[in-house]
Amino acid sequence: MFNVRTGAQIIWEALVREGVKTVFGYPGGAILPAYDAMLDYPIRHILVRHEQGATHMADGYARASGGVGVAVATSGPGATNMVTGIATAMLDSSPILCITGQVGSKLIGSDAFQETDVTGVTLPITKHNYLVSDVDEIASTIHEAMYVARSGRPGPVLVDITKDAQQASTELQWDPSDVKLPGYAPDRRASQAEYQRAAGLINSAKRPVIFAGHGVLLSGAMRQVLDLAERTNIPIAMTLLGIGGVPAQHPLNMGMMGMHGEAWVNAAIQEADLLLAFGMRFDDRVTGNLKTYAPNARKIHIDIDPAEFNKNVTVDVTLAGDLSAVLDDLSPLVESGDRAAWLDMIGEMKGDVAVRDIQNLPDSGQLYAAHVINDIWRMTDGKAIVVTDVGQHQMWEAQYYHHNDPRTLITSGGLGTMGFALPAAVGAKMARPEAEVWVVAGDGGFQMTMAELATIAQEKIKINVAIINNGYLGMVRQWQEFFYERRYAATPLFSPDFAKLAECFGLRGATVKVRRDVEPTVELARADERTAVIDFHVEQEDTVYPMVPAGADLHNMIRRPSLAPIVETADDD
Amino acid sequence: MSDRQRHTFVVYVEDKPGVLNRVASLFRRRAFNIDSLTVGHSETCSTSRMTIVVETDLIGAKRLEANLYKLVNVVRVHDITQVPAIYRELAMVKVTATTETRTHIMQLVDVFRARVVDVAPDSVVIEITGTEDKIQGLLEMLRPYGILELVRTGRVGMVRGKRSVVVDPADLTGESNVATDDDKADDPNISYSV
Repeated sequence: MFNVRTGAQIIWEALVREGVKTVFGYPGGAILPAYDAMLDYPIRHILVRHEQGATHMADGYARASGGVGVAVATSGPGATNMVTGIATAMLDSSPILCITGQVGSKLIGSDAFQETDVTGVTLPITKHNYLVSDVDEIASTIHEAMYVARSGRPGPVLVDITKDAQQASTELQWDPSDVKLPGYAPDRRASQAEYQRAAGLINSAKRPVIFAGHGVLLSGAMRQVLDLAERTNIPIAMTLLGIGGVPAQHPLNMGMMGMHGEAWVNAAIQEADLLLAFGMRFDDRVTGNLKTYAPNARKIHIDIDPAEFNKNVTVDVTLAGDLSAVLDDLSPLVESGDRAAWLDMIGEMKGDVAVRDIQNLPDSGQLYAAHVINDIWRMTDGKAIVVTDVGQHQMWEAQYYHHNDPRTLITSGGLGTMGFALPAAVGAKMARPEAEVWVVAGDGGFQMTMAELATIAQEKIKINVAIINNGYLGMVRQWQEFFYERRYAATPLFSPDFAKLAECFGLRGATVKVRRDVEPTVELARADERTAVIDFHVEQEDTVYPMVPAGADLHNMIRRPSLAPIVETADDD
Repeated sequence: MSDRQRHTFVVYVEDKPGVLNRVASLFRRRAFNIDSLTVGHSETCSTSRMTIVVETDLIGAKRLEANLYKLVNVVRVHDITQVPAIYRELAMVKVTATTETRTHIMQLVDVFRARVVDVAPDSVVIEITGTEDKIQGLLEMLRPYGILELVRTGRVGMVRGKRSVVVDPADLTGESNVATDDDKADDPNISYSV
């Protein structure tokens, strides 16, 4: 009996063999055997302050690295605290593995102390989950769970392991071969006839638009998308999670579409005669009113998940499969073209957009969030990994930080999880320690998970935090301004002095109230080896423009009022 | 939607704890209403067979199929609505039967090719197998006598002829995940889990 291990040891043995080096977690009774065994394995454990933080960190780790992030928690409240992070990863197709302790198998169903039916609770928000009560199944389950999490359309997988299975011993059986599951085949290929139909539509299209979604990044299809676009001169619009999949400064990249997308991008979509949806799912934040959405356009939908086809928008051709593989097959059938008339038309639609850009407004001495984000973009050469929270600042980030590289914007898109940014940034930094990581968060969302500042201090992690502090739950306030007659119910928000707060964790803190202080403060923050928290006091009632009200027609956007006189600023475009 | 109709899905699933819950949860989560769901052993050990009836349109049926395939424990899904198939349901009905009415009830049972499986002084239990229509017909006729209790199994279905939805044993070993057999070749839109 040479290879005998406890279940607890097997958990780490399996994770290490899967290449896991970092886990984010919080110990407790039902996971204690695993924690005890962890000390003997080459694992960096990040002790979080709340298990939600552990899941967001695993998520940030996954999004920054392209691998699987791992979070660990105990049974009952430890596991239920993970629910928000799991749902966040589910809606954004982020591969994370959650390992939870469970009460002893003989106690299951008895309402034992800290017992929760965690596989039941997380069933609809995981890609798959497992309850393991047999020590002999731990290794194979972790191997299978890692495979399910990262393959096909990635997603969160939870493995719930009973305490007695962790304590029992068995001979370690490790089968590193590919996982074979009878009902699971992530590699689908569309038929040749569908490729022909798709190519036919593209070749005859006069006003096509490519939609670059999260799938471009997940599939690693950046090169294929750009090649196709350049050869055919088809302009590209990005979803929020597609940002970074196509360089922001590429002449064919029009920018972000949807509710807070560029007005001319949405106008182009409404004028288009063909939409090529690459790894995106026609979310309601992207389409607006479905009845009037892209009325003249045929639609080709490429996605690895066939359940997305015809869900929100009825399409003409569906190509199921991994985007880069599908584009490899499709591209040879597509003819080159210059589409000069269409590109000219889009240029005209762009029209007075620069006039309305807040960057081009005269400096009134007021500090706008857009200024802060644009300055950070310039000072970091657009190279930082920016992790945002959810709300106005998230949209301003998408508009004013121009990402040229994949996996440099990490944001909770589908679920819109406030409190995501700070922990997710910790995960991103652990995945890519050489990268400069910035959090852009609002004063509301930051307060939801700011306890993780203690994690940052304890683990000596270096990130930079920009709090866009407007004293309101800004996006909700904006909706109240537009749609609820400025009745600001429960949106004015008290905040502590965030700079002092950072200091009491031993971190760097600073407060900025005028634009001229932005640059020197950001410079000092970047130079400090400690995490720096900068509290930017920005205009309180600023609004994210343009905006498609929920459910309204995509082309009917609320625009920023055009103010004269216009001044030119040097670096902003 | 004009093309709404009752769709019958034959679903092979791995015989593991919690799989029924996963399938049922999917229908609830995606807001599909289950008309009936039956589950039991199939011809292959380690695989259970479900017959699920749902009212939806064609696009809804396709999406449901794709979503079922996303469940890791679902091995095969077949919408048999458009192919020739046999559908059956079993019902047991307990009816009030007095000395005067018992003969009438027995005659109805004969006409519907049902069977009386229990006789008591003031009631009978009738077993009937057939399509839902046929069962509905008998129930209409029995209602005036007083139905005391009713239990129905829900629809089970099987495709006619040699064409079948039998699980390829290769599927169970995971060696043949790529679409190869006739059913899948017929239907380029058929989808697998991702």
